[in-house]
Amino acid sequence: MSRGARFAVGDAVRTREAPREGHTRLPRYLERRRGRVVAVHGDYPLADERARGEASEPRPLYGVMFDGAEVWGGAAQSPTTIVADLWEDYLEGA
Amino acid sequence: MSGDHRHEHGDHDHDHAGHVHGAGTTMAARVTDLVARLESRGLVTMANVDAAVTTFLAKAQPANAAALVARAWVDPAFAARLLADANAALDEMGKDTSHWARVTLRAVANTERVHNVIVCTLCSCYPVALLGPSPAWYKSEAYRARVVREPRTVLREMGVDLPADVEVRVWDSTAELRYVVVPLRPSGTERMSEADLAKLVTRDALVGTALCTAPSAAT
Repeated sequence: MSRGARFAVGDAVRTREAPREGHTRLPRYLERRRGRVVAVHGDYPLADERARGEASEPRPLYGVMFDGAEVWGGAAQSPTTIVADLWEDYLEGA
Repeated sequence: MSGDHRHEHGDHDHDHAGHVHGAGTTMAARVTDLVARLESRGLVTMANVDAAVTTFLAKAQPANAAALVARAWVDPAFAARLLADANAALDEMGKDTSHWARVTLRAVANTERVHNVIVCTLCSCYPVALLGPSPAWYKSEAYRARVVREPRTVLREMGVDLPADVEVRVWDSTAELRYVVVPLRPSGTERMSEADLAKLVTRDALVGTALCTAPSAAT
Protein backbone atom coordinates (compact mmCIF):
# COMPACT_ATOMS: atom_id res chain seq x y z
CA MET A 1 0.00 0.00 0.00
CA SER A 2 1.36 3.32 1.05
CA ARG A 3 5.15 3.23 0.96
CA GLY A 4 5.62 6.00 3.46
CA ALA A 5 3.06 4.75 5.95
CA ARG A 6 4.39 4.89 9.51
CA PHE A 7 1.88 2.35 10.81
CA ALA A 8 0.91 -1.13 9.65
CA VAL A 9 -2.15 -3.28 10.16
CA GLY A 10 -2.16 -4.51 13.75
CA ASP A 11 -0.24 -1.55 15.18
CA ALA A 12 -1.52 0.05 18.36
CA VAL A 13 -2.10 3.78 17.92
CA ARG A 14 -3.48 6.65 19.95
CA THR A 15 -5.40 9.57 18.52
CA ARG A 16 -4.19 13.09 19.22
CA GLU A 17 -6.38 15.90 20.44
CA ALA A 18 -8.76 17.10 17.73
CA PRO A 19 -8.10 20.65 16.47
CA ARG A 20 -10.40 23.13 18.18
CA GLU A 21 -10.53 25.46 15.18
CA GLY A 22 -11.18 24.84 11.53
CA HIS A 23 -12.29 21.71 9.73
CA THR A 24 -11.05 18.28 10.75
CA ARG A 25 -12.06 14.68 10.23
CA LEU A 26 -10.98 13.55 13.67
CA PRO A 27 -14.24 13.38 15.61
CA ARG A 28 -14.04 14.70 19.16
CA TYR A 29 -15.49 11.51 20.59
CA LEU A 30 -12.46 9.63 19.22
CA GLU A 31 -9.74 12.02 20.36
CA ARG A 32 -7.09 10.74 22.76
CA ARG A 33 -8.29 7.17 22.41
CA ARG A 34 -6.30 3.99 21.90
CA GLY A 35 -7.09 1.91 18.86
CA ARG A 36 -5.60 -0.56 16.43
CA VAL A 37 -4.86 -0.12 12.73
CA VAL A 38 -7.09 -2.45 10.72
CA ALA A 39 -6.46 -1.03 7.24
CA VAL A 40 -3.91 1.08 5.39
CA HIS A 41 -5.93 2.82 2.70
CA GLY A 42 -3.21 4.64 0.78
CA ASP A 43 -2.43 8.34 0.49
CA TYR A 44 -5.03 11.10 0.35
CA PRO A 45 -4.80 14.89 0.72
CA LEU A 46 -5.62 15.94 4.28
CA ALA A 47 -9.16 17.27 4.54
CA ASP A 48 -8.13 19.81 7.20
CA GLU A 49 -5.73 21.47 4.75
CA ARG A 50 -8.08 21.27 1.78
CA ALA A 51 -10.77 22.99 3.82
CA ARG A 52 -8.38 25.92 4.31
CA GLY A 53 -7.86 26.11 0.57
CA GLU A 54 -4.29 24.85 0.87
CA ALA A 55 -2.55 22.46 -1.44
CA SER A 56 -2.28 19.23 0.53
CA GLU A 57 0.35 16.58 -0.01
CA PRO A 58 -1.33 13.16 0.03
CA ARG A 59 -0.45 11.26 3.18
CA PRO A 60 -1.44 7.91 4.69
CA LEU A 61 -5.02 7.27 5.69
CA TYR A 62 -5.81 4.38 8.02
CA GLY A 63 -8.81 2.45 9.21
CA VAL A 64 -8.54 2.44 13.00
CA MET A 65 -10.66 0.23 15.23
CA PHE A 66 -11.59 1.26 18.76
CA ASP A 67 -13.18 -0.83 21.44
CA GLY A 68 -16.45 0.62 22.71
CA ALA A 69 -15.19 0.56 26.29
CA GLU A 70 -12.12 2.64 25.30
CA VAL A 71 -14.40 5.28 23.81
CA TRP A 72 -17.34 5.30 26.22
CA GLY A 73 -15.99 3.62 29.35
CA GLY A 74 -18.62 1.80 31.39
CA ALA A 75 -21.42 3.19 29.23
CA ALA A 76 -20.32 1.14 26.21
CA GLN A 77 -22.79 -1.45 24.95
CA SER A 78 -20.17 -4.19 24.66
CA PRO A 79 -19.26 -6.03 22.59
CA THR A 80 -19.05 -2.99 20.34
CA THR A 81 -16.29 -1.63 18.15
CA ILE A 82 -16.01 1.57 16.12
CA VAL A 83 -13.92 1.89 12.96
CA ALA A 84 -13.03 5.35 11.65
CA ASP A 85 -10.82 6.45 8.76
CA LEU A 86 -8.09 8.66 10.18
CA TRP A 87 -5.09 10.39 8.64
CA GLU A 88 -1.62 9.74 10.02
CA ASP A 89 -1.54 13.35 11.24
CA TYR A 90 -4.20 12.41 13.81
CA LEU A 91 -2.25 9.43 15.20
CA GLU A 92 0.74 8.62 17.36
CA GLY A 93 2.23 5.30 18.35
CA ALA A 94 0.80 3.65 21.46
CA MET B 1 -25.98 37.84 5.33
CA SER B 2 -26.58 41.20 3.69
CA GLY B 3 -29.33 43.29 5.21
CA ASP B 4 -30.74 45.10 2.21
CA HIS B 5 -33.14 42.43 1.11
CA ARG B 6 -34.69 39.20 2.26
CA HIS B 7 -33.40 35.97 0.82
CA GLU B 8 -36.59 34.69 -0.67
CA HIS B 9 -34.96 32.00 -2.78
CA GLY B 10 -38.18 30.16 -3.28
CA ASP B 11 -39.53 33.11 -5.21
CA HIS B 12 -36.20 33.87 -6.73
CA ASP B 13 -36.90 37.46 -7.64
CA HIS B 14 -33.73 39.27 -6.64
CA ASP B 15 -30.43 40.03 -8.30
CA HIS B 16 -27.69 37.58 -7.32
CA ALA B 17 -24.78 39.47 -8.75
CA GLY B 18 -24.14 41.90 -5.94
CA HIS B 19 -23.78 39.91 -2.75
CA VAL B 20 -22.00 36.98 -1.18
CA HIS B 21 -23.72 34.46 0.99
CA GLY B 22 -22.21 33.91 4.42
CA ALA B 23 -21.36 30.54 5.86
CA GLY B 24 -24.56 30.58 7.87
CA THR B 25 -26.77 30.56 4.79
CA THR B 26 -28.60 27.31 4.22
CA MET B 27 -27.13 24.87 1.73
CA ALA B 28 -30.29 24.98 -0.38
CA ALA B 29 -30.04 28.76 -0.69
CA ARG B 30 -26.36 28.57 -1.59
CA VAL B 31 -26.99 25.96 -4.26
CA THR B 32 -29.85 28.00 -5.71
CA ASP B 33 -27.57 31.02 -5.76
CA LEU B 34 -24.76 29.11 -7.45
CA VAL B 35 -27.06 27.75 -10.15
CA ALA B 36 -28.47 31.24 -10.76
CA ARG B 37 -24.97 32.68 -11.16
CA LEU B 38 -23.94 29.95 -13.59
CA GLU B 39 -27.18 30.39 -15.49
CA SER B 40 -26.77 34.16 -15.71
CA ARG B 41 -23.36 33.64 -17.32
CA GLY B 42 -24.73 31.18 -19.82
CA LEU B 43 -22.71 28.27 -18.41
CA VAL B 44 -25.64 26.02 -17.56
CA THR B 45 -29.37 26.10 -17.88
CA MET B 46 -31.81 24.90 -15.27
CA ALA B 47 -32.79 22.23 -17.78
CA ASN B 48 -29.17 20.95 -17.81
CA VAL B 49 -29.16 20.73 -14.04
CA ASP B 50 -32.53 18.99 -13.92
CA ALA B 51 -31.41 16.48 -16.55
CA ALA B 52 -28.19 15.72 -14.67
CA VAL B 53 -30.06 15.21 -11.40
CA THR B 54 -32.69 13.05 -13.08
CA THR B 55 -30.01 10.86 -14.67
CA PHE B 56 -28.13 10.54 -11.41
CA LEU B 57 -31.21 9.62 -9.40
CA ALA B 58 -32.33 7.11 -12.01
CA LYS B 59 -28.98 5.33 -11.75
CA ALA B 60 -28.32 5.79 -8.03
CA GLN B 61 -30.56 3.12 -6.57
CA PRO B 62 -30.23 0.53 -3.80
CA ALA B 63 -30.62 -2.08 -6.56
CA ASN B 64 -26.95 -1.42 -7.46
CA ALA B 65 -25.70 -2.59 -4.11
CA ALA B 66 -28.40 -5.27 -3.82
CA ALA B 67 -27.08 -6.85 -7.01
CA LEU B 68 -23.56 -6.97 -5.55
CA VAL B 69 -24.86 -8.64 -2.40
CA ALA B 70 -26.95 -11.22 -4.27
CA ARG B 71 -23.94 -12.12 -6.42
CA ALA B 72 -21.83 -12.46 -3.28
CA TRP B 73 -24.44 -14.76 -1.72
CA VAL B 74 -24.43 -17.16 -4.65
CA ASP B 75 -20.73 -16.95 -5.51
CA PRO B 76 -18.26 -17.24 -2.60
CA ALA B 77 -15.30 -16.36 -4.83
CA PHE B 78 -17.04 -13.15 -5.89
CA ALA B 79 -17.82 -12.45 -2.23
CA ALA B 80 -14.12 -12.67 -1.42
CA ARG B 81 -13.28 -10.31 -4.27
CA LEU B 82 -16.03 -7.90 -3.19
CA LEU B 83 -14.66 -7.73 0.34
CA ALA B 84 -11.10 -7.32 -0.93
CA ASP B 85 -11.82 -4.60 -3.52
CA ALA B 86 -15.40 -3.41 -3.90
CA ASN B 87 -14.60 -1.03 -6.76
CA ALA B 88 -13.09 -3.85 -8.79
CA ALA B 89 -16.08 -6.06 -8.00
CA LEU B 90 -18.40 -3.33 -9.23
CA ASP B 91 -16.44 -3.11 -12.48
CA GLU B 92 -16.51 -6.87 -12.80
CA MET B 93 -20.31 -6.84 -12.68
CA GLY B 94 -20.34 -4.35 -15.51
CA LYS B 95 -22.33 -1.84 -13.48
CA ASP B 96 -22.78 1.52 -15.15
CA THR B 97 -21.00 3.95 -12.86
CA SER B 98 -20.90 6.84 -15.32
CA HIS B 99 -23.15 8.83 -12.97
CA TRP B 100 -20.66 8.36 -10.20
CA ALA B 101 -17.79 10.55 -9.08
CA ARG B 102 -15.76 7.56 -8.00
CA VAL B 103 -14.89 7.09 -4.38
CA THR B 104 -13.20 4.18 -2.70
CA LEU B 105 -15.94 1.78 -1.77
CA ARG B 106 -15.55 -0.83 0.94
CA ALA B 107 -17.97 -3.68 1.55
CA VAL B 108 -18.12 -5.11 5.07
CA ALA B 109 -19.79 -8.47 5.63
CA ASN B 110 -22.03 -9.44 8.49
CA THR B 111 -21.27 -12.80 10.09
CA GLU B 112 -22.76 -14.84 12.92
CA ARG B 113 -20.28 -13.03 15.18
CA VAL B 114 -20.21 -9.46 13.86
CA HIS B 115 -22.97 -7.10 12.75
CA ASN B 116 -21.86 -4.01 10.81
CA VAL B 117 -23.63 -0.66 10.72
CA ILE B 118 -22.70 2.53 8.89
CA VAL B 119 -22.80 6.15 9.97
CA CYS B 120 -21.14 9.47 9.27
CA THR B 121 -20.94 11.24 12.62
CA LEU B 122 -19.35 14.38 11.15
CA CYS B 123 -21.86 15.01 8.36
CA SER B 124 -23.82 12.55 6.24
CA CYS B 125 -21.36 10.70 3.98
CA TYR B 126 -23.15 7.84 2.28
CA PRO B 127 -22.57 5.71 -0.84
CA VAL B 128 -25.20 7.64 -2.79
CA ALA B 129 -24.29 6.24 -6.20
CA LEU B 130 -24.83 2.70 -4.92
CA LEU B 131 -27.74 3.24 -2.56
CA GLY B 132 -29.52 6.32 -3.84
CA PRO B 133 -30.13 9.38 -1.69
CA SER B 134 -29.82 8.72 2.03
CA PRO B 135 -32.92 8.59 4.20
CA ALA B 136 -33.65 11.54 6.49
CA TRP B 137 -32.94 9.53 9.64
CA TYR B 138 -29.42 8.72 8.42
CA LYS B 139 -28.68 12.45 8.35
CA SER B 140 -30.36 13.18 11.68
CA GLU B 141 -28.23 14.23 14.62
CA ALA B 142 -30.01 11.64 16.75
CA TYR B 143 -28.90 8.71 14.59
CA ARG B 144 -25.38 10.07 14.07
CA ALA B 145 -24.80 10.70 17.77
CA ARG B 146 -26.55 7.65 19.14
CA VAL B 147 -25.47 4.84 16.83
CA VAL B 148 -21.84 5.17 17.93
CA ARG B 149 -22.71 5.52 21.62
CA GLU B 150 -25.60 3.09 22.04
CA PRO B 151 -25.69 1.06 18.82
CA ARG B 152 -27.58 -1.87 20.34
CA THR B 153 -30.37 0.37 21.54
CA VAL B 154 -30.61 2.17 18.19
CA LEU B 155 -30.62 -1.11 16.26
CA ARG B 156 -33.28 -2.57 18.55
CA GLU B 157 -35.44 0.50 18.01
CA MET B 158 -35.04 -0.02 14.26
CA GLY B 159 -36.05 -3.66 14.52
CA VAL B 160 -32.67 -5.42 14.73
CA ASP B 161 -32.46 -7.35 17.97
CA LEU B 162 -29.02 -8.93 18.12
CA PRO B 163 -27.84 -11.68 20.45
CA ALA B 164 -25.82 -10.27 23.35
CA ASP B 165 -22.61 -11.94 22.18
CA VAL B 166 -22.70 -10.54 18.63
CA GLU B 167 -20.23 -7.69 18.23
CA VAL B 168 -21.70 -4.50 16.77
CA ARG B 169 -19.10 -2.86 14.54
CA VAL B 170 -19.90 0.76 13.71
CA TRP B 171 -18.18 2.20 10.63
CA ASP B 172 -17.84 5.96 10.95
CA SER B 173 -17.28 7.31 7.41
CA THR B 174 -14.92 10.08 8.46
CA ALA B 175 -12.79 10.42 5.34
CA GLU B 176 -12.46 9.19 1.76
CA LEU B 177 -14.08 5.77 1.93
CA ARG B 178 -17.76 4.90 1.63
CA TYR B 179 -19.10 1.74 3.22
CA VAL B 180 -21.79 -0.73 2.35
CA VAL B 181 -22.88 -3.70 4.46
CA VAL B 182 -23.15 -7.21 3.02
CA PRO B 183 -26.02 -8.65 5.08
CA LEU B 184 -26.32 -12.29 6.04
CA ARG B 185 -28.22 -14.40 3.55
CA PRO B 186 -31.47 -15.48 5.18
CA SER B 187 -32.01 -19.19 5.69
CA GLY B 188 -34.65 -20.78 3.50
CA THR B 189 -33.39 -18.99 0.39
CA GLU B 190 -31.12 -21.76 -0.88
CA ARG B 191 -33.21 -22.35 -4.00
CA MET B 192 -33.75 -18.73 -4.91
CA SER B 193 -32.22 -17.20 -8.03
CA GLU B 194 -29.69 -14.39 -7.85
CA ALA B 195 -32.27 -11.97 -9.27
CA ASP B 196 -34.86 -12.95 -6.65
CA LEU B 197 -32.28 -12.79 -3.87
CA ALA B 198 -31.43 -9.23 -4.86
CA LYS B 199 -35.04 -8.27 -4.15
CA LEU B 200 -34.57 -9.29 -0.50
CA VAL B 201 -31.74 -6.81 -0.01
CA THR B 202 -33.20 -3.57 1.28
CA ARG B 203 -31.57 -0.18 1.58
CA ASP B 204 -31.64 -0.39 5.36
CA ALA B 205 -30.00 -3.82 5.31
CA LEU B 206 -27.21 -2.30 3.21
CA VAL B 207 -26.70 0.36 5.89
CA GLY B 208 -26.89 -2.26 8.63
CA THR B 209 -30.06 -1.04 10.31
CA ALA B 210 -32.14 -3.98 9.10
CA LEU B 211 -31.69 -7.69 8.42
CA CYS B 212 -32.65 -9.50 5.26
CA THR B 213 -35.53 -11.91 5.63
CA ALA B 214 -36.80 -14.71 3.44
CA PRO B 215 -40.18 -14.17 1.81
CA SER B 216 -42.73 -15.88 4.07
CA ALA B 217 -44.44 -17.47 1.06
CA ALA B 218 -41.23 -19.27 0.05
CA THR B 219 -41.57 -22.03 2.64
